[in-house]
Amino acid sequence: MDKSLQLEIVTPDKVVLSEAVDYVGAPGFEGEFGILPNHIPFLAALRIGTLYFKANGKTSNVFVSGGFAEISDNKVSILAESAERAEDIDVERARKAKERAEARIAQERDRIDYARAQAALQRAIERINAGNH
Amino acid sequence: MASLKDVQLQIAGVKKTKQITKAMNMVASAKLRGAQTRIERFRPYADKFYAMLGDLASKADENAHPLLEVREEIKTCGIILATSDRGLCGSYNVNLINEALKVAKEKTAEGKTVKFYCVGKKGRDAVRKSEYELVKGIGDVMGTFDFSLANELGMEVIHSYLTGEFDEVVLVYGEFVSIAKQIPVRLPLLPIAPAEAEEEAAAPSGPLKEYIYEPAVEGLLAELLPRFIKVQVYRGLLDTSASEHAARMAAMDNATKNCDEMVQSLTLIYNKTRQAAITSDLMDIVGGAEALKG
Repeated sequence: MDKSLQLEIVTPDKVVLSEAVDYVGAPGFEGEFGILPNHIPFLAALRIGTLYFKANGKTSNVFVSGGFAEISDNKVSILAESAERAEDIDVERARKAKERAEARIAQERDRIDYARAQAALQRAIERINAGNH
Repeated sequence: MASLKDVQLQIAGVKKTKQITKAMNMVASAKLRGAQTRIERFRPYADKFYAMLGDLASKADENAHPLLEVREEIKTCGIILATSDRGLCGSYNVNLINEALKVAKEKTAEGKTVKFYCVGKKGRDAVRKSEYELVKGIGDVMGTFDFSLANELGMEVIHSYLTGEFDEVVLVYGEFVSIAKQIPVRLPLLPIAPAEAEEEAAAPSGPLKEYIYEPAVEGLLAELLPRFIKVQVYRGLLDTSASEHAARMAAMDNATKNCDEMVQSLTLIYNKTRQAAITSDLMDIVGGAEALKG
């Protein structure tokens, strides 16, 4: 393959990752999608989940907490409110966060808190998934 | 005239004050560097957002999403005021508060009810004293806030906007133009004006590309617009924080200079007093000697 993709993951605090990759798989809002070089321009919303990419035959995972993916000119830009590479994820912390979220859901006070707790739970679960791969 | 001892004490006091103001100046400049780095790190994210929104908004009409829609009757206006938590930064907070109150006054004159959200103690305290209602005041955060604060604040105003509690929302913050210049800015947050976003995005994007959207444009907008609000709030907060440190640096620099001047004039008084004392002592001695000669 003579062409590669430039993957860039940007969060409000920093540029998490910027490297040349061969393939990107992203958790789209309407299902997972894969991006290969020379993809047509594409704009998609992402859900909370695990994004993975292949470079030099190696697959790596990145946790993203929703956001957007923009693909054009062999450049994949991911905008996420938070993103962590698998090796940076503290699985133990995520597990504790998951327990906390579950406890909060069990209480189910008012609806806003409930939705928030559910989002937190989902983030925790996906973090653990990304970290364990 | 003050005694020698008094003047000496005063000089010592002013010198101590100078040490403090100098230290505060250095602390502020260190913090300013931190705040500037944060702005720079955030910029790629914000720029991408503007570009995306401009691209999308040009394809959707005004009614595509409730956050874009301009309401015919505007009855209530929410103002988010960002200030610093601490003083000693010259007229910075006063300028911000005045700008916010000016906006409030204009809106009230148009027959709208004005309600305030405040980030930063200074603004919160000022609004509490004013005649306007304070919905929420968040203090002691300017040193430590991150995106989650903007997230929370954004969610709240969007919720209020959608439930009809607010018909428009304005953000007042201190824009960081340069180290020497910070200006209070009012930014209409809601309803979102896509024309502006488009303008900002138009320059770097080059030839328009035909994108495939997933979900369709309306669905994407529903995801994108709330985040866009948060991005703007966060940018406002970051700017306010950087401006605060810059303003404090300037104020403390001035204070240090004033201390120098004061020490100088006090030293002059000290020397004059000392010389006057010596002269009068001499007069006494000479007078005494003359009398003895008698």
